[in-house]
Order: sequence, then C-alpha cells, then structure tokens
Amino acid sequence: MPKDNGIGASPKRREDVRFLTGAGNYTDDINVNGQAHVHFLRADVAHATINSIDTSAAEAMPGVVKIFTGADFAEVGGIPCGWGVTDRHGNPQQEPRHPIIAHDTIRHVGEIVAAVVADTVEQARDAAEAIELDLTDKPVVVDMAAALAEDSAKVHEDLSSNLCYDWVFGNDDDDAVQAAFDSAAHVTTLELVNNRLVANPMEPRVAIGEYSRGTDEYTLHTTSQNPHVIRLLMCAFVLGLPEHKVRVVAPDVGGGFGSKIFHYAEEAFCTHAAKACGRPVKWTSTRSEAFISDAHGRDHVTKIELALDSNNNFTALRTNTMANMGAYLSTFATSVPSYLHGTLMAGNYKTPIVQVNVKTVFTNTVPVDAYRGAGRPEATYQLERVIDKAARELGVDPIALRRQNFITEFPYETPVALTYDTGDYVATMDKLEEIADVAGFAARRAESEKKGKLRGLGVNCYIEACGIAPSNIVGMLGARAGLYDAATVRVNATGSISVMVGAHAHGQGHETTFPQVVADMIGIDESMVDIVHGDTGRVPFGMGTYGSRSIAVCGSAMVRATEKIIAKAKKIAAHLMEASDADIELKDGQFTVAGTDKSVAWGDVCLTAYVPHNYPLEELEPGLEETAFYDPANFTYPAGAYACEVEVDPDTGKVTIERFSAADDFGNIINPMIVDGQVHGGLGQGIGQALLENAAYDEDGQLLSASYMDYAMPRADDVPFYQVDHSCQTPCTHNPLGVKGCGEAGAIGSPPAVVNAVIDALKSGGKNVTHIDMPLSPARVWAAMNG
Amino acid sequence: MYEFEFEKPSTVAEAVAALADEDAQALGGGQTLIPTLKQRLAMPSKLVSLTGIPQLKEISDNDGVLTIGGAVTHAAVAEAAAGSYPALADLAGHIGDPAVRNRGTIGGSLANNDPAACYPAAALGSGATIVTNRREITADEYFQGLFETALEEGEIITAVRFPVPEKASYQKFLQPASRFALVGVFVAKYAAGVRVAVTGASEEGVFRWAEAEAALDADFAPGALDGLSVDAAGMIGDLHGTKEYRAHLAGVMAKRAVAAAR
Ligand SMILES: Cc1cc2nc3c(=O)[nH]c(=O)nc-3n(C[C@H](O)[C@H](O)[C@H](O)COP(=O)(O)OP(=O)(O)OC[C@H]3O[C@@H](n4cnc5c(N)ncnc54)[C@H](O)[C@@H]3O)c2cc1C
Repeated sequence: MPKDNGIGASPKRREDVRFLTGAGNYTDDINVNGQAHVHFLRADVAHATINSIDTSAAEAMPGVVKIFTGADFAEVGGIPCGWGVTDRHGNPQQEPRHPIIAHDTIRHVGEIVAAVVADTVEQARDAAEAIELDLTDKPVVVDMAAALAEDSAKVHEDLSSNLCYDWVFGNDDDDAVQAAFDSAAHVTTLELVNNRLVANPMEPRVAIGEYSRGTDEYTLHTTSQNPHVIRLLMCAFVLGLPEHKVRVVAPDVGGGFGSKIFHYAEEAFCTHAAKACGRPVKWTSTRSEAFISDAHGRDHVTKIELALDSNNNFTALRTNTMANMGAYLSTFATSVPSYLHGTLMAGNYKTPIVQVNVKTVFTNTVPVDAYRGAGRPEATYQLERVIDKAARELGVDPIALRRQNFITEFPYETPVALTYDTGDYVATMDKLEEIADVAGFAARRAESEKKGKLRGLGVNCYIEACGIAPSNIVGMLGARAGLYDAATVRVNATGSISVMVGAHAHGQGHETTFPQVVADMIGIDESMVDIVHGDTGRVPFGMGTYGSRSIAVCGSAMVRATEKIIAKAKKIAAHLMEASDADIELKDGQFTVAGTDKSVAWGDVCLTAYVPHNYPLEELEPGLEETAFYDPANFTYPAGAYACEVEVDPDTGKVTIERFSAADDFGNIINPMIVDGQVHGGLGQGIGQALLENAAYDEDGQLLSASYMDYAMPRADDVPFYQVDHSCQTPCTHNPLGVKGCGEAGAIGSPPAVVNAVIDALKSGGKNVTHIDMPLSPARVWAAMNG
Repeated sequence: MYEFEFEKPSTVAEAVAALADEDAQALGGGQTLIPTLKQRLAMPSKLVSLTGIPQLKEISDNDGVLTIGGAVTHAAVAEAAAGSYPALADLAGHIGDPAVRNRGTIGGSLANNDPAACYPAAALGSGATIVTNRREITADEYFQGLFETALEEGEIITAVRFPVPEKASYQKFLQPASRFALVGVFVAKYAAGVRVAVTGASEEGVFRWAEAEAALDADFAPGALDGLSVDAAGMIGDLHGTKEYRAHLAGVMAKRAVAAAR
C-alpha cells in the first residue's frame, strides 16, 4: 500500500500551487520603494586594454543617478574563489583578481565595463550608449591547447601563464602507471570533448540592493541557491561589511542548476551601490546578458586510456584533461575539474590503478563553474565512453564487460580517495535490463530497419559522490568553507512547526519533502509543518543547495533537531503524566507511557511548553525550539545504470531517442514522485547536452550561440517517455535517513548512454564510427557517417 | 527599446500615409520586429500596425488562386488553406510555436525574407504574386537575397496570390535551436511544370533549383532526383551545419517533398 503521509508517500508538491497560479514571489516580483535601476555596460570584445572611459555625456542624460566604473571598485575586494587546489608540484593554483567591474583590462565578452544607475532601466540603457570607451584590442585566447602554448598571449599579464594549475590525482607514480599500460593485453584510447553548456534556468538572475541610513543595515535580494554563502563571501571578501549588518534573501528562485551557487559581481554591485546612491538599486538580467554573464558549465577536453588484461579485467586507467576556467575563477571553478571529477574516475569498477591529470586553463571566455553534476558528468562520460569503446574493440558485450569489473564488496576504498559505503551495481544493472527490455531490443531494431532507420542501444553506469561533504576532508582538499548544514525546528504553542533550513529550494520540492520527514517522525499531519528557507534574516545558517546535498546534509540536520525536540517533548509529556521520560513513547502524535493507557497529545505538550503552568521549570527551559548543525561523515554514493535506445535517420543524421531507462539506487526515498521528477529533469538536461546544447565561441571570443536562435535547449518532443526505477535501495550507512540524494543523477548518467547508443546504431548500419563529440547534432552525425 | 510613436490605422491608404513619415515602419505580428527593437537594433520613429486593417486580413479562393491578405496570421492560413492548399497550410502550421503563429503574419515574413524562413519557399515554389499598395511583383523578382526584397520604402504587402498546384509539399529540416528551416524544400507540381524552391540553405536566400525542376518535369518521382545535388559552394556553413551538409539536405528534403506531395 502506498503511504499517503510521511516518508515514502508522494503528496503533490505544495509549492506548485503558487508557482502554477502566478502567486510565486521571485526576486523580480519585488519592487522596493524609491528603487533605481542599473544597466551594466558589458564588453563586446573579448580582450582589450581600457585606455579611458568617458562618462561625462552619459552623466548628463535624463534620469541618471550615478555611473560607476572599475575605478570605483578598485578599493574593494575581488570576487573570491572558494577552493584552492594545490598542483602536482605543491604549488597553489594561480588566482587572478576578479574585479566587480573591469578596471584596466577587459577579459571576456560580457564582462562589466561600467554600470549606470538611473530612475528607469530604459534611461540607464540610453545613458550607457553615451559612454565612450577608448579600448586597445589585445590578442584573444580561446582554444585551451593554444592557451597553454609557450608563446600564447596571456589572459592575465600578472600571471606566469594561462595555466591555473597542473594537477595529478590517484596514483601519481608515472612509471608505475606506464608499466601497467605496458603490460596490458589491450589498451583502449579515446579523445573527447565535454561540451561547454549554458545553464539557462528559466528565471534569469536578479539582484536588489538596499541600504538603511538609519540602522546601517544592508539587504540584498538575489536569485541564489545559497544566500548564507553569498552573504559570507560578499561581506568578508568583497565589500568588507560585518555580516550582522547584512541580510541576504533568496525568495522563490526559478531554477539554478548550479549557476546560482556562485557569488556574482552584480550582487556585490547592487549592495554597494545602494549605499553610494542613497537608493535601492535593482538589476534584472536579460536573457541575452545571462548567456554572457552566468557561469558556464563543463568544457573539458580529455584523452582517456583504459588498460585491460587478457581476461578483460580493467587494470589501469589514465586520463589527461584540459578544463576551461574562462577568464576568471568563479566561486567553485577550481574544485569542479579536480576533486569533483578526479575522485569519481574509478566509477563503479575495481580498476586498481587510476591516474587523473588535469590542467585548468584561463581563456578569454565567460567563467566556467559547476553545472548540474559538476565534474561527475565529465568523469562518467569519459569512463563510460572508453569502456564502451573497449567492448567494441574486444568484441564483447558492453554490459558483460561492465558487470565483470563491478565493485561488489562494500565498503570499498577507491584508488582516488573515496570510500563507497554501500551499493549494489549488479542489482541496478539487473533492474535496468528488465525495465529497458534489453532482451527485446533485437526485435525493435528489426522494426526500425524496416522503416529505414538505424537503431542503437547504449548502456552505461554511473556513480556520484553527493551530500557534499565532510568538512574536515574537503578542508584538506582545498575547500575554503565547511560543508555542513543546519536546521532549526520551531514548534509553535499550538503544535504547528516551522523548520528553518539552510538548504534552498529552487525546483527541488523541499517545501513538500522536508515536512514529510518531520511529520513522519512526530506522527502528525504534514500540513502542520512548513519550512522556511532562503533568508539569512530568518534561517540561522546554511551552506545551501547543490551537489544533491539537501536531504542528505540539511535533511540530516533537520532530523537531529527534530530528535532534540522529541526528546524535550517527551520530558514535558513525562511530567504531565507523572512518569519517567524513559518510559514515554511517541506514536501518531500521541505520547504514551509504556504499559499504561495514559496518553497526552502532541498539541497539549506544545502548549505546555509555551504556557508552562504545570511544568518542570527547575529542570527544563520553557519553549520548544531546537537547532542542529550536521556535518556528514562521508559523501553519499548514488549509483545506477542507464540505457538509451535511439533511431538514426541515415539520410540526415538526425537522432531521435526512442526509449530511455534509468535504474537508480538513491538509498531511502522520501517522496518517490519528486524523485521521478528530479530524474526526469536530469535526463532532459543530459539528453540536451548529448544531442543539442553547445556554447560555441569563435576565435575572436564571441559566443556564437548567444541566444535561443543558436543555443538549442531540449524541448518536450526531444525527449521520450522515461522508464524510471528506484526500487534498488542500499541505504546510506552514515546519515540518519539512509538517503543519498537524487538531484544530479539524471544529468550525470545520461550523456554516455545517448552517445553509446548512436555509435551502436551507426555500427549496425555498417559505419565503423568510434566516436562523435557532443552535441550529436544531425550535421555531426551525418558528417561522421560520411567522413 | 527606444521610444516610438504608434499608429493603428484601419485602411491601407491611412497606413501608407502614416508610413510616409521619416523612419516610420510597418508592424505586422511583431514576431521579428519587436525582438529587434528590444535589442535596440532598430530605431523607428513610428510603428504603423497593419493588423487593424480589415482588407489585409481577407482570404479568398477563386479559380484556383488562393489570395491571402498581407496581415493574415500563420494560424489563420493553417486553418483557411487546409482544404484548398494543404501544403501551404502545413507550412504555416509548423512555423514557430502557437504564440508565434497567432501573431506572425505572411506579409511580415515575406517582407523580412529571413534566409531560413518558410514562407519564401512557398511563395517562390508556388510562383506566387506579391501584391502591394503600388504594384504586383512576381515571386521570381521579389526575393533578392538575404533579408533583401523588391519592396521599396513605405511599400506594404497587401496580399499574396498563390496559384494552387496539382500537388505540393513542404519539407522542413529543423535547425535544432531556432527550429527555423536548416533546409526547407517546397515542391509544387503545376500543369505548366514543377517548381522547386529551397530555403535555409543558400547564402543568397531562397532559390529555385532548376535542375530538380527539370528532372521532376520529366518524371515526378523521388527517384528522378537521384544523383542530383546542389552546389555546396554557395551554401551557408555555420554552427548547425556545413555547406556540404546543407547541399546534401536539399536533395533529401526535395525527395521527401516529392514523395509526400498531395
Ligand atoms: C520563436 C519564433 C519562431 C519562429 N519560427 C519560424 C519558423 O519556423 N519559420 C518561419 O518562417 N518563421 C519563423 N518565425 C518568424 C515569424 O514567422 C515571424 O512572424 C515573421 O518572420 C515576421 O512576421 P511578423 O508579422 O511578425 O512581422 P513583424 O515582425 O511585425 O515585421 C517584420 C518586418 O516586416 C515588415 N512588415 C510587416 N508586415 C508587412 C507588410 N504587410 N508589408 C510590408 N512590410 C511588412 C516590418 O516592417 C518588419 O520590417 C519565428 C519567430 C519566432 C519569434
């Protein structure tokens, strides 16, 4: 029987009522009395020296309040990078200053060159057109390999080169690794590109800065996945403000996918400008601006080599990757190609030797940072593509080759620093073969062939490290922050509950799932529980939402706080029933004394806490509110197996996805419907990356796909109906709910399945194509077939 | 957007008068022009809406000629031509999305002459006549290159006359991002001969594929096009497809159009 309440039930998403009826409160819906608007004049060249900026004509334009240039921000800090990676020689990453407004040099198209604050947006835009820039073009660096060449022009003159760091991970003994390759029975090599993406959340970024002269307090409303982190970074590193004077609010946020984790210049600008202008300052990004100012994702170029012995056991894996940083280091940019990527290179397999080499590179492009999956999709893609290629070279079944090399005993310590606590990759692969009807594929292929189409089946596995993260471990690896989370459970006098959570919901459905947990623990109806999130003024603290961490980390904090609540409530109940608190049981919202028929209801206990007339005041404080911080003991390891079936039109190269099946192990599940939705969304993004999306630059550093006319987003008819299953559950062993997180799996696990399927289809058509780089657009597939 | 005046006349004469002002511009459905204005890429002094002129919204079907007013929306064409000229209705019904089709107009599309737009293929493939407030222009003379037409300053497309063919089909291969035509081919068979118009492909905009027309005149069957290809040299090469790919698609889409013609 499906439950209708609590953990494991699928109540509809309560937040959807307001989203679907236009009652949401997004940052752009907020208008503050007296607000002015800022328009950012953005660079339209990728690399230039700013000789001078003449704002005099613009300043005289109607409605203009104030115009800012880089000089106005020379005294404040730059945007900080939250992760310091140490290179293979023990040196720190190269970390250039990341100014709020370009000071003497422009380094990418879209960089802010000046900011015009005016009464209206249109006036600000008019005035921006009157600003005169005197620029001298500099040589533009776009291609990563060229950027690393000895004689390349430099993106940052004050750095020694365009190399941010040269990092090695896993087995760093080059000779030993080479020896493993030398003695291999077979080596498969693959070079591939993990295409650059633009996150494209439905809601573009918005920021509103306010300043109160009376109290010297600032408020920033912003489209963020982690308002506390923004407050910390902006106050401590950029503007030098005391945190207790600054409130950051991220109300309803229309999607983030990683791109709203980072602290952006516009946020610091609006906060600073509110005081400087004596008026609130609002900025709403246009879609065109979003393309050239939101951090991009992925953009890796990789060579991967897999060594196998004569029994087809994986013996060694070596990768060499170049990862694009763009022109500056965005907040978590350096962690993505290093620790979020290298640590996953073992995948689901017991390969004994793994060496990961990564060079991160500065180029005259928009900064690149985490995007749904962040490093883990890049790892999964390479690994699952090279395994597929090996299977084809060896003439063995790709599923069998994977099964043969699966890790089967847990906990498992990988050669790349992780300890997988639990998992069952055989079970998810079995489940996948069942839901994907792998056995029926041959018949479906025959049907497609009758229509003149080539049909292919692609399979892959994935594992991810989620629930980031144990603070001491990430601290050792270079994180400049802790990655715990926090929750406060506030029980009101009449028994309803507000839970202040550090996680931020921007599509994940926390407002539905988090109450399910608390309600389940106490045995009350979910409608009695609400969460409060996204406001540093209301929520004690939190590290925010990314890396599929919300339920695993913040949810755990919420469980701990609720446990404290229950413990205290039991004491109150014990007092009311004149029993010992050890004998009190809580079930279905009733406190009972074991072995008696005495009982007292949840609501009576809550009221007693706040109206403590009959109360043990000497031993217990009145009130019922508890906070917990939770720092995870390990990452969580969702894993699974995915299968994609495609048809390829041999005349045009057009790929259509006919079936897509996902068998995931997310451990315990709070709301199966929401998990389905998270997987669906992730698959849509993964399919988008595999077939459609491509942030392409020309050699002048102009983004060619800078609007939806050229940047192809997946639409409903690009994706099939999905077969999604999460019945294989090996609960996480170290968090109280046994949960692993499900937000990124779909995006991590799907691109290789799609590409593997297309390669398989082409092979069935007699085309021995070994690889096509994503996106597998019709033009690319056709070219590969006819190459 | 820059500031502009706005007029919504109810007759062609009023519209023509209003357009006489310097830098005045006609506004159809605004599906091309409004985004252009929002990006501040155009600065008209005045917009003269054509959608309030009843004459421009008429559709008539006489003696094998379908006449569509210059301000008729794509959605209205999709509905009105479904019986008389299904290939045209199908083309109109697959432009953009419902919002675009309910606003965008045939006159706006033809005046704009985007090299990837669909209507130019129908007009050229049908040997249509573009009727303006001043004159009648044959499709063969009307299209003059990328975003270039025979229209003069202030000239309004009041109607488009489509001779209805025996059979026809438009086959559009979608550009993955915009879903305009990466290559679209309109094939129409008339008693006087077959016309084949290709959009999306050429650096010169929509063009007639004479070789294909000749081959199909001899034998109106997909196989008649075997071995024929357009020259890749003049084709568009970009992010979404090379010149060679577009040249190849012209052949594929032409065959499919012949096979699907009805
Ligand atoms: C999301 C989207 C998808 C689209 N997809 C497609 C597609 O798949 N295929 C396709 O072909 N098109 C597509 N379009 C373009 C669409 O068909 C436009 O409607 C059309 O190009 C312009 O028509 P309009 O009536 O909106 O003209 P407007 O935008 O109002 O005007 C365009 C130009 O034509 C001029 N003009 C307008 N009417 C007249 C007239 N009667 N006489 C003289 N000049 C006139 C205007 O002055 C202006 O210069 C798409 C547009 C959008 C926004």
